[in-house]
Amino acid sequence: MDPYLVLQLALQGFLMGGVYSLIALGLSLIFGVMRVINFAHGEMMVFAMFISITLLQWLGIDPFFSFVMCAVFMFGVGYAVQMVFVNRILVLKEAMQVLVLVGLAIIFENTTLMIWGGSDLSPKTSLALASIRLGPVSIDVARLVVFILSILITLLVLLFLRKTDIGKSIRAAADNRLGALIVGTPINRVYAICFGIGSACVGAAGALLVPLMPAKATMGAPFTVVSFVIVILGGMGSLSGALIGGLIIGVAESLGTVFLPSSMKQVVSFSIMVIILLFKPQGLFGGKG
Amino acid sequence: MKRFYLFMGIILALLLCLPHVLSNYAMEIFILIFYYAYLGQCWNILTGYTGNISLGHSLYVGIGAYTATRLAMAFGLSPWLGMLAGGLLATGVGAFIGFLGFRFGLRGVYFVLITISFGEIGRLIALHMKSLGSFEGLFIDFTPGFWNMQFKGNAPYYYIALGLLVFSLLVVRALEVSKWGRYLVAIREDEDAAESIGVNTLKYKMLAISLSSFMTALGGTFDANRIFHLSPDRVMSMGMSVEIILRPIIGGMGTVLGPVVGSFLITFPAEWTRAYLTEVGRPGLHMVIYGFVLIFVVFFFPKGVMPFLTRLLKPFFK
Repeated sequence: MDPYLVLQLALQGFLMGGVYSLIALGLSLIFGVMRVINFAHGEMMVFAMFISITLLQWLGIDPFFSFVMCAVFMFGVGYAVQMVFVNRILVLKEAMQVLVLVGLAIIFENTTLMIWGGSDLSPKTSLALASIRLGPVSIDVARLVVFILSILITLLVLLFLRKTDIGKSIRAAADNRLGALIVGTPINRVYAICFGIGSACVGAAGALLVPLMPAKATMGAPFTVVSFVIVILGGMGSLSGALIGGLIIGVAESLGTVFLPSSMKQVVSFSIMVIILLFKPQGLFGGKG
Repeated sequence: MKRFYLFMGIILALLLCLPHVLSNYAMEIFILIFYYAYLGQCWNILTGYTGNISLGHSLYVGIGAYTATRLAMAFGLSPWLGMLAGGLLATGVGAFIGFLGFRFGLRGVYFVLITISFGEIGRLIALHMKSLGSFEGLFIDFTPGFWNMQFKGNAPYYYIALGLLVFSLLVVRALEVSKWGRYLVAIREDEDAAESIGVNTLKYKMLAISLSSFMTALGGTFDANRIFHLSPDRVMSMGMSVEIILRPIIGGMGTVLGPVVGSFLITFPAEWTRAYLTEVGRPGLHMVIYGFVLIFVVFFFPKGVMPFLTRLLKPFFK
């Protein structure tokens, strides 16, 4: 095996892992606060991807800038979803919650399919072919920029939750729903903002993925699964776990392509999940489980 | 209850006579109703009775379909035997998934995640294995004959599908009144309480998932030999898993007749909208409608339509 190839793949995977972290962060945040698994996560990401492509094709705005718009738009979508659907199901049995979110996933996926059709779209973005050589390995500039932006957004979200008042009420609501209610937190609004932030993360991630891979309406489910794997690996509800888990899965999937066809790289992350579930079901950083 | 069985007998007799008066297309719809009711019933054994939601049942359909077809192509094995082989393989896979999920007390969401992931991986493997036809899928040569489970016209398929459905109804009814079934319901209602009075929850959940996956795979083989074409996107997709769960949820989970009622209610409208919307160039719209139906049912009929039906029909079947 060529050591440089392995190094190159590991680096690429690491950079891709940044986006994974951002996607998983949204999922982990939503789970951590509301104890609801967003089964529509990957589908929402693909939806955002196509919005970003449309912005690029109609207005010529590059995904490196339009990710902000996508994030804002998806915040609105997430806010509405929480207000209309999810707030009503929090008291239901877990089984019933799952069904509603799966319903949402189906709606998102097929709305995308209806609007944009079922074929692959990979529009040309700026920086598409630029690369930097670092000794024996080369780095796509687009990938590097996407990585830096993803990590920045992730850190910003973490900072937001630590420092701002809304962030503090979100954490309070996550810690103790009843307690937060008693001290007068408008819990439904806080939840909606939280789901909005989770969706905004995934919206930004979707836009940032546009330069890296072709978009297809039906590719949401694998992303939902990958973000589950990351969240399980990092620990349910642990935000820093999502960050590190994303990087690990990115590298692992990329190295998996050494001996597997690249479209089967998920088998690697999936095996990781099985191992984690077997030996450490609470994840690497999960305390609460 | 006696009257109820009489009523069911009459319905069964009517259904047995129906192929003589139905057109080929109408029979096709009935086959779909029976087929999806059957799959829904298999899913119901696991989810309706133990409360563990599986969103990867298409995996077992796929295993049943691919195993029987591959064996028929490679060794000329009759699908009737291939069916059993597929069923046994699916049982193995199902038991492994169940072991992963149940052994470590992973409940609720974790179990759903595992089933989704395994379903997705199954699809990926079928998509990439040359010997499974990769993305083009497998095409089955048409050589009619009972032993090949291939027939001209829809009537024989109608009877096989009906047979499968009746078989599943009998199994689930027998299960429901047995000790097993009671244990499963106890697990669904309160697992900790069930365990504390000495129910071996792991054992009974494993039995439920094994039975469920075995029976689901039988349905897969039947479907493969009716359509003559297998592709990962048709038999192993998330869409298939959703088709499977929709009918028992609408009819009523954890009831013997729920999946059947659900299937009779929505199969025809679903097929009709699918055909119509694809014709007018809106192929995804019927799935969007499915999504809203699913949410609507959870919001307003969380127990399905069975409770209403039972209340309505109770005076007649005392």
